[in-house]
Amino acid sequence: MTTIEYLSLPAYKKFLYKLLSFFTAIPKAIGNFFSDKVASLFSKLGKALVNYFVGIYEIFVGGDWKTKTSFFVMGFGHITRKSLIKGFMYLIYEIAFIVYFITAGVGSFAKIGTLGYFSQTSQYYDASIDQYVTVTVSNGDDSLLLMMTFVLSIILILIFIFLWSVQVRENNELENLGKIGRGLTDKDTIKSLGGRNFHKVLLAFPTLGLCVFTILPLIVMILVAFTNYSSEYLNPRHLFDWVGAYNFQKLFGIAGDGGAAFVYVFGQILIWTIVWAVFATFTNYFMGMVVALMINKKGIKFKKLWRTVLVTTIAVPQFISLLFLSRLLGDGGGINTLLINAGVIDTPIKFLSDGLIAKITIIVVNMWIGIPYTMLMCSGLLMNIPADLYESARIDGANPFKMYTKITLPYMLFVTGPYLISSFVGNINNFNVIYLLSGGNPMFTNYNGNMIDPGKVYNAGRTDLLITWLYKIVMTSVNKDYGVASVIGIVVFIVVASFSSIAYGKSNAVKNEGDFQ
Amino acid sequence: MMYPNQKFSLFVDPNNSGGRKARRMISNGIIYTILIIISMIWILPFLYLILQSFGTRYEAALIVPKEFTLNNYRALFDTSFTMNLEGEAIIIAKTYPFWRWYLNTLCIAATVSVLNTVLTLISAYSFSRLKFKARKAYMKLILVIGMFPGFLGMIITYFILKQVGLNSGTPALVGLVIVNISGCVMGYYVAKGYFDTISTSLDEAAMIDGANKNTIFWKVIMPLSKPIIVYTILLAFTGPWGDYMFASVMAGGDANLFNVAVGLQQMLGKEAGTSYFPIFCAAAVIVSIPIMTLFFCLQSYYVEGVTGGAVKG
Repeated sequence: MTTIEYLSLPAYKKFLYKLLSFFTAIPKAIGNFFSDKVASLFSKLGKALVNYFVGIYEIFVGGDWKTKTSFFVMGFGHITRKSLIKGFMYLIYEIAFIVYFITAGVGSFAKIGTLGYFSQTSQYYDASIDQYVTVTVSNGDDSLLLMMTFVLSIILILIFIFLWSVQVRENNELENLGKIGRGLTDKDTIKSLGGRNFHKVLLAFPTLGLCVFTILPLIVMILVAFTNYSSEYLNPRHLFDWVGAYNFQKLFGIAGDGGAAFVYVFGQILIWTIVWAVFATFTNYFMGMVVALMINKKGIKFKKLWRTVLVTTIAVPQFISLLFLSRLLGDGGGINTLLINAGVIDTPIKFLSDGLIAKITIIVVNMWIGIPYTMLMCSGLLMNIPADLYESARIDGANPFKMYTKITLPYMLFVTGPYLISSFVGNINNFNVIYLLSGGNPMFTNYNGNMIDPGKVYNAGRTDLLITWLYKIVMTSVNKDYGVASVIGIVVFIVVASFSSIAYGKSNAVKNEGDFQ
Repeated sequence: MMYPNQKFSLFVDPNNSGGRKARRMISNGIIYTILIIISMIWILPFLYLILQSFGTRYEAALIVPKEFTLNNYRALFDTSFTMNLEGEAIIIAKTYPFWRWYLNTLCIAATVSVLNTVLTLISAYSFSRLKFKARKAYMKLILVIGMFPGFLGMIITYFILKQVGLNSGTPALVGLVIVNISGCVMGYYVAKGYFDTISTSLDEAAMIDGANKNTIFWKVIMPLSKPIIVYTILLAFTGPWGDYMFASVMAGGDANLFNVAVGLQQMLGKEAGTSYFPIFCAAAVIVSIPIMTLFFCLQSYYVEGVTGGAVKG
């Protein structure tokens, strides 16, 4: 479609066209991401690495004996050149690294192929009592621990290579300084921590936390997606094993006993997750903005009162409102009883027990919870819109609606672009609203109206999001299939990554126009 | 805001001004009506909750309970108080140790708010002011990690905590604190956005006076960042109160380790029916009080943080 054709379309068609082009852009954006960005990143990285290590080789060739020794004994050059603290820290890391590898690291490399040799329990048939007897093997393997040791080993190797090359370069620097009669001592090291190296002091602890409790678990969990780890292979009593892409096949009904029902459930949940995220984000955003506009309108009195009323509801913890409403909206709950008594309805409305109504209820309840928040945010931002924009629009004869669509909305979308993206992502992972309100219920039924066996689809319900389904698989299902849980987590990542990479691209395009800056 | 100032009446046809006034009256009237309805929609459920917390038993047909009693509040804390529910005499405070959950949550929230604030602010400051080499790469890494659901790694995190013995008994609460603060470097956005607005010429002036980066952080940046500090504390404090996912994993079914969210969800569980509803309402009131007080005291800071955070992402 050419620009002229696009401009001549009516407004709603323009909107549809934009919406359509957004969704058709998703596969292309993913393709581009891998073909352009990832490829160029790797070629750049490769070149940089080669240059780096060629530099280090030259240092080895041209260095004196102290520098050469420090290629094997880390920190040797530092210690002999009066930079003791740094030198000993390098040395300690090297020793710790070697000790770790002798005790655990090498073993994990050997066993990672089969995730262990012997399980910690084994069964044998005892003919004298005619029963199977379980015995505990004292030095049996622990598959999960093994996997973690393996990932940790890889991380430690990377850190080792990094530190090793850094200390070699520092040695070279020290050697050169020594030639002109200067040097760096412990005093300089400590002083640099308050200046040039202050970020290392500040970020050391947060980074450690991030690595140990976020990155390491994440990598191990992604590896779990390729194993059959579940409560059947209860760790550490039994070993689990690599199964390749079996869990991914399960999701698409090719493998496992879920079959077509599983594909159906997965598809429904995936669609509902996206629909929910879109509705939850935009209903809150627009309704909150409308409420803010009404409160901020000139001539409306008690502005503070209206705002306080709504802010009160932000102050009540969300889980309380949700649990409270889940009871109130139940089939025999307060709202239904009151409505029946008032003679409005005869039979209870299935607020939370009918698939479609439950979805609508959840979105409405989410509005009830979210609008005060967006109202607060919007009313702060609306005050920043230059008043002369409105004045000139009025002189040109614009009505309030026109002013809203041509001034307020573009401005708000422009400044709150990042917020919209992060709130969209937050809604994809919005566990509390779904789990505390409906618990994912009602259950799925197939085309005959019969309930799909919850065991086969890991307790999935019609209002479950991917994240609540993940939680159910891990926490409440009978057979805790961690492999499938991990695959679902990866699906969430793919959804979030593709949406936000496109959205960030679009919002950058808006920024470049610089309309409001 | 939507309408021009009076000085622009110059451009308006004087014969029409009466009509405009009437139109404005009508539109304002409509807005007042809508605002009153909205306020009722938002306030009435909470009034209902407070009223129900004083009811002797839950009667869905009544908005205001017939008899008022304080027994629901007493049942939550008094371990010798027996209550009659569905024909069974139950000591609520023993089956559902609410005071214990409350204490757990309060301790966790207090610890997390202190640690989280410090760690978030120093991370945000590093990303905003210290132009180190790997800064951009680090921020991109955080962006990518943030796209994975945080719960995904929880099973493994639990396993790690088990290896060091922080998975059962009171140590599990320490584990929960660790889980809560471990990813706080990832929450740097809002504070970084705020630090970015503080002029760098202040840093330079301090630097000329001989201050190092550490002194600048504590003596120049921190005193200017009161709103964002308060906002971060407030968010970090209220976070653990509503955390269900991580708290339920760490508790592992032990009622003494629940936080209020997990505990109250269990209390309202399917089999309990509606008989626990008034007690739940009483618990809800008690849980809301400290957070609401905090909120109203610090409202202006909160608004500033919310508005700033929206723009800077």
